[in-house]
Amino acid sequence: MPSVTGTAQARAAPSTATVVIEPPVGWAALRLGDLWEYRELLYFLTKRELQVRYKQSLFGVSWAVLQPIVLAFVFAVFFGLLADVPSQGIAYPVFALAGLVPWLFVSQTVGQSAASLVGDSNLLSKVYFPRLVIPLAKTLALLVDLLIALCVLTIIALIYGETPGLAVFSLPAFLVLAVVTGLGTGIGLAAVNVKYRDVGVAVPLMVQVWLFATPVIYPGSLVTGAWRYVYALNPMVGVVDGVRWALVGAPAPDPVPVAISCVVALLALAAGIAYFRRTEMFFADII
Amino acid sequence: MSRDTVVSAHGVSKRYVLGELAGGYKLLTEVLSERARTLRRSTAPREEFWALRDIGFEVERGETFGIIGHNGAGKSTLLKILARVTPPTEGHVHLHGRVGALLEVGTGFHPELTGRDNVFLNGAILGMPRAEIGRKFDEIVEFAEVERFIDTPVKRYSSGMQLRLAFSVAAHLEPEILIVDEVLSVGDLAFQEKCLGRMEAVAGEGRTVLFVSHNLTAVSNLCPRSMMLDSGRKVTEGPTPEVLETYVRSVVKETGTSLTERADRQGDGRLRFTEVAFEAGGRVVDSPATGEDFEVLLRYETADGRPLRNVSFAIQVLTLLGEVIVHFYTRTAGVPIPEAPGVGEVRCAVRRCPLPAGQYTVTLWADQGGDPVDWIQRACELTVREGDFFGSGQTQLPSHQSVLVDHRWTVNALDGTPAAEGGVAGARAG
Repeated sequence: MPSVTGTAQARAAPSTATVVIEPPVGWAALRLGDLWEYRELLYFLTKRELQVRYKQSLFGVSWAVLQPIVLAFVFAVFFGLLADVPSQGIAYPVFALAGLVPWLFVSQTVGQSAASLVGDSNLLSKVYFPRLVIPLAKTLALLVDLLIALCVLTIIALIYGETPGLAVFSLPAFLVLAVVTGLGTGIGLAAVNVKYRDVGVAVPLMVQVWLFATPVIYPGSLVTGAWRYVYALNPMVGVVDGVRWALVGAPAPDPVPVAISCVVALLALAAGIAYFRRTEMFFADII
Repeated sequence: MSRDTVVSAHGVSKRYVLGELAGGYKLLTEVLSERARTLRRSTAPREEFWALRDIGFEVERGETFGIIGHNGAGKSTLLKILARVTPPTEGHVHLHGRVGALLEVGTGFHPELTGRDNVFLNGAILGMPRAEIGRKFDEIVEFAEVERFIDTPVKRYSSGMQLRLAFSVAAHLEPEILIVDEVLSVGDLAFQEKCLGRMEAVAGEGRTVLFVSHNLTAVSNLCPRSMMLDSGRKVTEGPTPEVLETYVRSVVKETGTSLTERADRQGDGRLRFTEVAFEAGGRVVDSPATGEDFEVLLRYETADGRPLRNVSFAIQVLTLLGEVIVHFYTRTAGVPIPEAPGVGEVRCAVRRCPLPAGQYTVTLWADQGGDPVDWIQRACELTVREGDFFGSGQTQLPSHQSVLVDHRWTVNALDGTPAAEGGVAGARAG
């Protein structure tokens, strides 16, 4: 959508920069260069996110860790001890925590991104910048929390004697899959939310259902046969199985379901960006 | 277009679909049920509204160009298009050089963050590179006069301090093309002048400034050339004094229309003004004199001819350039009107007309519990003749004043001899 284009050198050579303002026409390029030009704004919005989140809170950054740990404890009592849910030979608390850490990252990314544009509507109606910066800043801030939580997860796993093997080197790939899943879903919903406020109500429900379709409480190996491929259409299946394999020594996930998860996540991201870019011009008119 | 034209707009138009204009978002369920209903009927025509129609203008490098117009003329829509917040429906604009648009000061300010963090965040939002903000940081803080509190969260600032800091960041924005709304017209007067001074300096440095405002005084001070918009169209463009003349003529033309025919009124219409007149000494007059007792007489009808409860009436007197001089309001005057008759007359008696001789316009307002029922801006013209306000025999009063006030002078000797006293109010009363 080249409707509003600034030349890439807008900052480097200001006197020759030209901005053309035109009506939007159809579908067009992603204009990632535009996004790159606003990287400093992305940095400051991410910083604002982190600063505001932990300002005047007693536990500060430790909330990033407390939430998965408390939930893992509750799950360990109800599902591990009382219901005796299998956990792939790993101590159930570690098993649950290894599922909860990536799950909470993705579900919070989706929830916060979806609400982000409406939350910053004042910015949208007063200033020009690539609108993608807003949900991206939310995601980056949550990524910081995720990294802290992963460190704590590794320590707890070691305490329980669950040591990661060479698989640990695959961790970055599964984290990228988690980001793609959360961001793709989040930005698509954010753009829809501008026009239809149902999204704000629907997302929490969607996230709850999604939790049960993801192997957080139970191991993904409970789903067998051809159903595994249907199950893997939920990209979180690939994420959680992968992170458990990489960090706490769970059995390696099957490559085919993981590949399915990757394709679905990438499609979701592509669709999310395309819809976002197509509608972002009019955010200020309808928000 | 010439080599030194830095802004050129051609055929810029903006269409809104009504309904999308006021609260554009809806619930998906609403849309689905609407669709279901309209399936049975034929597709309902969508009401369209052109906020801007075919606007074209060019601005040279180093020029300060003003854009004026009444409320609803399309100024803010044009501004939003220039700031790239919203796209035009038709036409295009070329801007050569780094653009900075200022539709509001303090956009993105977060109360929890410190002044320092907010300066960097706000600067980034306005498009200032981080290195530039860093370089100008001390200057910004000094200009805002908040040095001592720069590491305190801005929620602890007074509103004046917040505003000064926000202004200061904005004032240090140094793009080649600056697009400003009348954001500069808030804040305390001394600081406002400081900002206007900085803007003039910016314009002096060869930067191009587009100034959108209905503060005509500011436009005539800052912009040698300007254009006027009315109902989304360009009415005129040229040297600012000539454009202002057109503006004033349009005001006078509007006030010539009889009240019942005025279509540019706002409010829900449950009551409508039908007539406005001035009376002095019991007779209808065209123009009261300065210092003379006179009455403003309003006639109205309610839509259903029945009495309306809990109504308030207001009369504003404004200069031709749109500055409000006095505001008479039954509510603030402590005059409750529990029930206004279905067809009625309201009189507002003004003792000793405090306006210097000249031309004014009058805006009429009626509300029910605060919700406007009828509101006509520039409903009529008011010409005030020269008169003897102070009862001193002087009718030639100094022209540099917008309102006359009773006052008393005393001159005292400091060595204890009795005071020589002269009071204009006293003289009149006696």
